[in-house]
Amino acid sequence: MLTYILRRLAASAVLLLVMSLLVFVGVYAIGNPVDLLISPEADQKEIERVIAALGLDKPLWQQYLIFLERALSGDLGRSFAFHTPAIDLILSRMPATLELALAAMLIAIAAGIPLGLYAGLKPDSLIAKSIMAGSIFGFSLPTFWVGLMLIMLFSVHLGWLPSTGRGETVALFGVQWSIFTWDGLRHLAMPAFNLALFKLSLLIRLTRASTCEALLQDYVKFARAKGLRMRRVVGVHVLKNIMIPIVTVIGLEFGSVLAFSIVTETIFAWPGMGKLLIDSIQVLDRPVVVAYLLVIVIVFVFINLLVDLVYSALDPRVRLAPGHAAG
Amino acid sequence: MALRFLVAVLVLVFAVCSHAQQIAIGLGGDVTSIDPHYHNLTPNNNIADHIFGTLVQKDERQRPKPGLAESWRPIDDLTWEFKLRKGVKFHDGSDFTAEDVAFSIERTGKVVASPGPFTIYTKQVTESVIVDPWTIRLKSSAPYPNMAIDISTVQIVSKKAAANATTDDFNSGKAAIGAGPYKLVRYVRGDRIELARNDAYWGPKPHWQHVTFRVLTSDPSRVAALLAGDVQAIENIPTADMARLAKDPNFAIFRTVSNRVIYLHMDSNRDNSPFVTDKAGKPMQRNPLKDARVRHAMSKAINRAAIVDRVMEGLAIPAGQLLPDGMFGTNPNVKPDAYDPDGAKKLLAEAGYPDGFGLTIHTPNNRYVNDEQIAQAVAQMLTRVGIQTKVEAMPSNIFFSRGSKLDFSFMLVGWGADTGEVSSPLKSLLATYSKEKGMGAANRGRYSNPKMDAVLAQALATVDDGKREKLLQQAVEIAMTDVGVITTHFQVNTWAVRKGIAYTPRTDERTHAFGFVPVKQ
Amino acid sequence: MLQAELPGARAEVESLASLQHAETPLKRFVALYAESRLALVAAGVLVLIVAAAIAAPWLAPQNPYDLQQLDVLDARLPPGEKSAAGMTFWLGSDAQGRDMLSAILYGLRISIGVGAIATVAAVAIGLSLGLVAAYAGGRTESLVMRVVDLQLSFPSILIALVLLAVVGQGVDKIIVALITVQWAYYARTVRSSALVERNKEYVEAARCLRLSSARILFRHIMPNCLPPLIVVATVQVAHAIALEATLSFLGLGLPITQPSLGLLIANGFSYMLSGKYWISFYPGVALLVTIMAINLVADQLRDVLNPRLAR
Repeated sequence: MLTYILRRLAASAVLLLVMSLLVFVGVYAIGNPVDLLISPEADQKEIERVIAALGLDKPLWQQYLIFLERALSGDLGRSFAFHTPAIDLILSRMPATLELALAAMLIAIAAGIPLGLYAGLKPDSLIAKSIMAGSIFGFSLPTFWVGLMLIMLFSVHLGWLPSTGRGETVALFGVQWSIFTWDGLRHLAMPAFNLALFKLSLLIRLTRASTCEALLQDYVKFARAKGLRMRRVVGVHVLKNIMIPIVTVIGLEFGSVLAFSIVTETIFAWPGMGKLLIDSIQVLDRPVVVAYLLVIVIVFVFINLLVDLVYSALDPRVRLAPGHAAG
Repeated sequence: MALRFLVAVLVLVFAVCSHAQQIAIGLGGDVTSIDPHYHNLTPNNNIADHIFGTLVQKDERQRPKPGLAESWRPIDDLTWEFKLRKGVKFHDGSDFTAEDVAFSIERTGKVVASPGPFTIYTKQVTESVIVDPWTIRLKSSAPYPNMAIDISTVQIVSKKAAANATTDDFNSGKAAIGAGPYKLVRYVRGDRIELARNDAYWGPKPHWQHVTFRVLTSDPSRVAALLAGDVQAIENIPTADMARLAKDPNFAIFRTVSNRVIYLHMDSNRDNSPFVTDKAGKPMQRNPLKDARVRHAMSKAINRAAIVDRVMEGLAIPAGQLLPDGMFGTNPNVKPDAYDPDGAKKLLAEAGYPDGFGLTIHTPNNRYVNDEQIAQAVAQMLTRVGIQTKVEAMPSNIFFSRGSKLDFSFMLVGWGADTGEVSSPLKSLLATYSKEKGMGAANRGRYSNPKMDAVLAQALATVDDGKREKLLQQAVEIAMTDVGVITTHFQVNTWAVRKGIAYTPRTDERTHAFGFVPVKQ
Repeated sequence: MLQAELPGARAEVESLASLQHAETPLKRFVALYAESRLALVAAGVLVLIVAAAIAAPWLAPQNPYDLQQLDVLDARLPPGEKSAAGMTFWLGSDAQGRDMLSAILYGLRISIGVGAIATVAAVAIGLSLGLVAAYAGGRTESLVMRVVDLQLSFPSILIALVLLAVVGQGVDKIIVALITVQWAYYARTVRSSALVERNKEYVEAARCLRLSSARILFRHIMPNCLPPLIVVATVQVAHAIALEATLSFLGLGLPITQPSLGLLIANGFSYMLSGKYWISFYPGVALLVTIMAINLVADQLRDVLNPRLAR
């Protein structure tokens, strides 16, 4: 178990190294952030002075070594654009993204699993067919387009929900959360639903497929033959068995929700870390891009680990082999 | 626990309802710091205008007017004297004196890792002499006619509060002590800036007690926030939504011409330019863009009215020079070239290119209003007169670096003259590139005209306003008749405001909360 | 590039066909597939869309890439209006005075082309690596699978985003980005089915006949790994198209002069609130119908090709 975790971590460290190198070379190849940040009225000497002040005058390999050296002591550098330590910048934006992703995931799970279960149990009913048609629809709609449609409908035409931004926040454990205020929830509703739509469809389809498959299994047939009521068969045997793939997918998809929040955050002006990434790429704010990747890698390692643990807890057949990951 | 949240929610709801004199304003650009000396960036400077304030202020047409200084005058060729306003208090109750001015000017050069330092405006100040608490003399090593204009960009911070303050201290609010009309309540990066009225402000009392600036960089989101009533005003109306908002009786629109000109820069220096080809796509023997007649033909081929009307949806003004009429140094005799495709073809033939040639226009796609659409329209128009033009659009992060490396032959760029004087674009865009002299830093076409350089140098050393203006006008005429750059249009700054509120529109793109006033209905 | 997309799409159809006639006639597959009328309609729609995309230069009233044919004076005309030159804009025109119908047809070409090329290339890479991993085992396998695991644990959009931020815009670059984010799915799918196949009797038999490894791998194991791969690939084409649209929307995808559907939507995005719906609505519908048709076809393929659900 421990070796397994260690191997995972080592692999992620390698990945991080590769990614950071890629970002360094890439940003270097694209251009100089100073060209973008400095006032156009600055003259040549002024530009050179700023380049030197940001440490961008050194050769690339030297810049990278300096970065590595500092990173090992926990300093990922300061943002070129904000001058704040890049990691602080990311962490200050993280709660907003986390609550958006959690809310989206919650919506997807709360609606997706029951709908999928129903569609799997009564595959030929009209409702089941509409659910499946709807899921294909949700699967195919471009997120950014839906986001604007939602704003048009609920904010502009109906005036029910605020169009963009994050609502009032309250501090809890020293972090600002908006899910605990009414205003915050109103702001959260549309972006969370927008982000959830794709995962909702995915979960419906997955649950239905797993249910269909589970119903064909011998243990279900056996349970039915034994005279167990359908409700018990579904509630205990089917549900327990379909949870394994679903939990895995939920875990993995949570990561993808975090990533896709970039799009939703852009549309709804949600001050999360995805929006920060896009903005940072636009001004070539290298320390922030690298720090974002680091944070994301850590979050993902954590999520994947959690998924594996839950997976092995749910399914005793699964052993966490040190050789390669499950799946 | 749940009960406590409920109470908190109720308190918040009441808190929101009880403030009548409050306004929320949607900003189009992100505010990267509250430190007024950290980054010379319009959104930052705009917020600083609320919290801090400058010696010399600028009115809505960017003409200087008294701010924390009541008057200023040159006492000799190398010294300017500023008389400061008496009885002004900082937010913390301490007095504003000449010490704070000297400290603020000095601080511009000391901000750690500033990506856009204000030293471009203060480097010519060699010494500050404090005569008495309300008189300060600023010295320079050469005659410095633009002293007051340049000093109008330097925000005055409190020496007491900011003595050892870092940029972080400003962002947290600890050092954000100024003498401006508003106090900082909260700065949430990328989201909002909350301000409260400073009732001890020396100037006219602003109407709004509480101001929230919301950062809404996405165009549709900003408009949607206004339509939904989340904000009462927005800056920078997207051209696409202009017609709709103008029709809507719930909103009023305020606009004025901007100090930002959109222009086309041509490689008029190299013999072989990377993106100039013959019609078959092969490199050419000589660079047609070096020929003023070709440049003139290109200018004539551009239908500025169509760009303004169709691409900018009326939110622009055709441009024939670098700043809009009436700003300091503009030449009333220089007019935009009339649209004349036949004349353009004739000029091309005269220059020896009767069949035209091939060209690529490079443009940023996220920097200026409708930038890539303008470039496409220009390409269409040039293609019509025989100059087969391709468009390559890229994000500004790539564009500016490549442009500065002289990777392009023909590019679309914009220029906003923060100082409100035509010397700013002349110096940076059209003066011959010279690192030693600090000239032509943004001259990405490496245009060079010794005659213009000489007149400009003379203007920059003339303290007398009348004489300097004449010289600048002369320089403008030389550069524009030689078509050093092709100007297409001036942007128009716009604000949309809920009915019942008025705004005084500004050329410098700033959105001042104290510029919004309720109107009687 | 535009020519290259045709063999790509065709290759997919062909491999699909060859797969079946090996053992049972194509007829059986078709009959099974046709059980769902919806899937049949979807397949028909998909064929029409692909045909329209291929025939765009002949179908479109205007070449939207030829700046000489465009006039900015025709910008943003509503559907049904006539241009200055007398052409009718059946679906309206965009901010450049581009005929939306033509732009959509050409946009489909790019979207489907990019999606198909990227998928075919990613399938090729994933297939070979997956097979090699499964067959060779040991170090090779664990190396390949480690990379696959690592990559699959990161969302595709993030990898593509960083990659594009680093390499810049362009059709070739977005294809590279899409290949990079997709190949791992195929490698994993192929490896798991190849692992099952490896232990079957027929492979045992082939080994006994002293057939070469390569022959066993490609002639015997590979064909049996294809059904699940085809299902994954079909879904992935839809994903690739959607991903390209999203990246273009974020300003990191294709250059504006040759807009894909995603970029057309992004361009029209700013006009939604002002009532000029057609600039992003029609491309949105085209994108939606395309992705939906592919998804429906993939759905049915999954049912037909899934041995466990065999009826």
